[in-house]
Amino acid sequence: MTDLAVSAPTASDRPAIGPGIHMTERAAKRLKARYAAERRFRLIGLSAILFSLLALVLLLGNIVSNGFTAFRQTHIRLNVEFSAQHIAPAGTTDFNTIMQGNYGGIILAALQERFPEVQSRGERRRLQALISAGAEPQLARMVAENPALIGTRAEVWLPASSDIDMFVKEQVDTKAPEEERRVKDNQVRWIDALKADGDLELQFNTRFFTGADSREPELVGILGGVVGSIYTLLVCLAVSFPLGIMAAIYLEEFAPKNRFTEIIEVNINNLAAVPSIVYGLLGLAVFIGFFGLPRSAPFVGGLVLALMSLPVIIIAARAALRAVPPSIRHAALGVGASPLQAVMHHVLPLAMPGILTGTIIAMAHALGETAPLLMIGMVAFIVDIPATPVDAATVLPVQIFMWADSPERGFVEKTSAAIIVLLVFLLLMNLTAILLRKKFERRW
Amino acid sequence: MPLTFLAAILISLTVFGFYLGRSRALALAGGRIANLHSLPGFYGWYVAIWCGLPALLVFAGWIAFEDTVVRNLVVAGLPEQLRSLPQDQLGLVISDIRNMAFGNIPPDQADAALRPAVDHYVSLRRTAHVALGVLVICIGIIGLFWGRSRIAPDFRARNRVEQVAGIILVVASVIAVLTTVGIVLSLIFEAMRFFAAVSPLDFLFGTVWSPQTAIRADQVGSSGAFGAVPLFTGTLLIATIAMLVAVPVGLMAAVYMAEYAGPKLRAWAKPALEILAGIPTVVYGFFAALTVAPLVRRAGESVGLEVASQSALAAGLVMGIMIIPFVSSLSDDVINAVPQSLRDGSYGLGATQSETIKKVILPAALPGIAASIILAFSRALGETMIVVMAAGLAANLTANPLAAVTTVTVHIASLLVGDQEFDSPKTLAAFALGLVLFAVTLGLNIVALRIVKKYREQYD
Repeated sequence: MTDLAVSAPTASDRPAIGPGIHMTERAAKRLKARYAAERRFRLIGLSAILFSLLALVLLLGNIVSNGFTAFRQTHIRLNVEFSAQHIAPAGTTDFNTIMQGNYGGIILAALQERFPEVQSRGERRRLQALISAGAEPQLARMVAENPALIGTRAEVWLPASSDIDMFVKEQVDTKAPEEERRVKDNQVRWIDALKADGDLELQFNTRFFTGADSREPELVGILGGVVGSIYTLLVCLAVSFPLGIMAAIYLEEFAPKNRFTEIIEVNINNLAAVPSIVYGLLGLAVFIGFFGLPRSAPFVGGLVLALMSLPVIIIAARAALRAVPPSIRHAALGVGASPLQAVMHHVLPLAMPGILTGTIIAMAHALGETAPLLMIGMVAFIVDIPATPVDAATVLPVQIFMWADSPERGFVEKTSAAIIVLLVFLLLMNLTAILLRKKFERRW
Repeated sequence: MPLTFLAAILISLTVFGFYLGRSRALALAGGRIANLHSLPGFYGWYVAIWCGLPALLVFAGWIAFEDTVVRNLVVAGLPEQLRSLPQDQLGLVISDIRNMAFGNIPPDQADAALRPAVDHYVSLRRTAHVALGVLVICIGIIGLFWGRSRIAPDFRARNRVEQVAGIILVVASVIAVLTTVGIVLSLIFEAMRFFAAVSPLDFLFGTVWSPQTAIRADQVGSSGAFGAVPLFTGTLLIATIAMLVAVPVGLMAAVYMAEYAGPKLRAWAKPALEILAGIPTVVYGFFAALTVAPLVRRAGESVGLEVASQSALAAGLVMGIMIIPFVSSLSDDVINAVPQSLRDGSYGLGATQSETIKKVILPAALPGIAASIILAFSRALGETMIVVMAAGLAANLTANPLAAVTTVTVHIASLLVGDQEFDSPKTLAAFALGLVLFAVTLGLNIVALRIVKKYREQYD
């Protein structure tokens, strides 16, 4: 092969080998195009992520900007005279009489005293419309708690009606011509006068956190939904957590490999993908239709959500059990533990952080679930805070759904605020799960 | 509540049984645990199981069937003209009786004719509860003594207890199967009743959906039409729009995250996508109805298009955003599972990173990606809240994304929320729709699992 150099064709009679083929103009162009394609591809990938993040920011920003105003509510201070002729004209002051007193009249009298220039009927009606309908029961309760108030005067902060509240918060167009506004010019004048005297304020909205549902947006509260959600989740947890762990222990530690256990496994994987509304149909047909359990009850809701969370918990628990190394089992069996003892005393405690993490995430999911609960009638207008898990109740997400359906403008901010509360709960749960994972995560 | 009281008695009896069994075993062992076959605690468990389990089963069975039995007895005791009422009206009478018994109806408004039936109902329930209490406590005490009498130093308590525990474990895992059976049976059973009134062919292939059935026979349009095709097309339209958003974005996000992103970006972007997956659907629904739908409408009008206020586009867009994390997290896993050697081989041949991704990694990950897309699609079909809040009820047969359409899930929800006579075709139609939805999503899920199983590359 020494004559290789001689027999090799010269550079002139064939296209350049070696550096040449990659140095032509066309190659340079090709390379440039390829690099450009690379950059483009990268950019597309980055923009996909940015798009998702933007969507998240828009969604959360939208909810927060709509909702944070709901935590403060417009209140109006009035000097109210609890005149006996309005409350107890007959002179008796038992509970029923007091609760049925004419508090609308008291409020109107106080308002007219504040604005003596108001004479005509139409104007008087508008004046009354400043104050929420919830002010009357509030006064009634005050008097019922302390009948000595009758015949005295007191400065009372009363909730303003929703239209006024929206106007004060500037959530409606305050500059629109009068006939398009729900708050008329003279009402604006009164609002300004009250504001100037410090008799109209945005105060912290305690009612929102201590009350239940109402038809009036300025009077609604989320406590009913929150309590309903808590009951529902407790039932769900009490059913799905032990069942899920037991099923996972059986499938992961004891189940023989046969057709029966294979069916169970395929089943669990398929169940995890069944749409949630189908679980609602199941709950309606079986729990309510067949077993005759009460409608709208958190107990039934909890059962339905438990069936829904069960596959998720089983899958998470199996993964956690699988992560415990076999050496643990062998060591336990080696010192004479029975298989069940080995699992209960050694494997399960080591897998518990993982199982708990999975369970909390499943519970967070159950907390946000709405559709199956609509099916079993938890979408009812309920003004009482449920006392037991079998009382009719609603849950926070369903409450959000119902408020979102209401046409009044004032419900928009209340819905958003309820969503904020729901998201805070979810965030706390997920944070707990993450901390749990961080604290107890073990590498074997 | 006497039932919770009874349950409390049963629980304390069981706890008592545990200590009884344990102390009995310890006494028999004469202070030396080594004389016993099992640890003393197992003797305790043994007695506790005998005491609690049979009683609990009787308790649960009784509770489950008491209502039906009492109802039938009350119906049997009703006067003739009430008993001959049709089923739905009889149900109303029963619920009246129940409400009167629980004092939900003030006495002055109550129907005096039902008074004897109410008394009958109340007395039956009282008898039933007393009988249940006596029965359960008797069974518990008998079990307690039976279990205690079996205890002897060489009695294999641990084996017995573990046997029972094993059975309980199997029962727990069978619940999952029972759930499926329950879903299938309840859907099929109710759907059969629907198909007895409406032919399955009309349901599956009819193109007019208007589920109003008449209250009077002479009412106009009394028949009601149950052709579900507009619902199917509406569902497909919205799900397709959602996939058009979610697949490119989710897939590209997964590719970027797996191949390009540094650890810092990953640490931020991955949890952010998970947050997107954790937001409840009702929140997306609110966002779609309140913000996106008007936005789409205004955008459409500004270029001269007519957009319905509840357009399929708005619901589909928001649903797509919701689905992004499903596509991206599943695809991310699959892409990460492609071995590094394939990448290195491709780089060694001089391919750029994007060429490697397009020509090597994505083809290798294709089965997994396809499965994740199918799963995401099935989730889009079954999604309820977004469409309930943003898509409306108009059953239009159209492929125009700017028009208002409705979906299967919307109609399941709207047919069953509100008035609840259980046997009109109107409410039963929801179960037929549910059956279709269940069958389709199950089918898609099985297909996805098949694809993964069949085409999975084995690299090691």
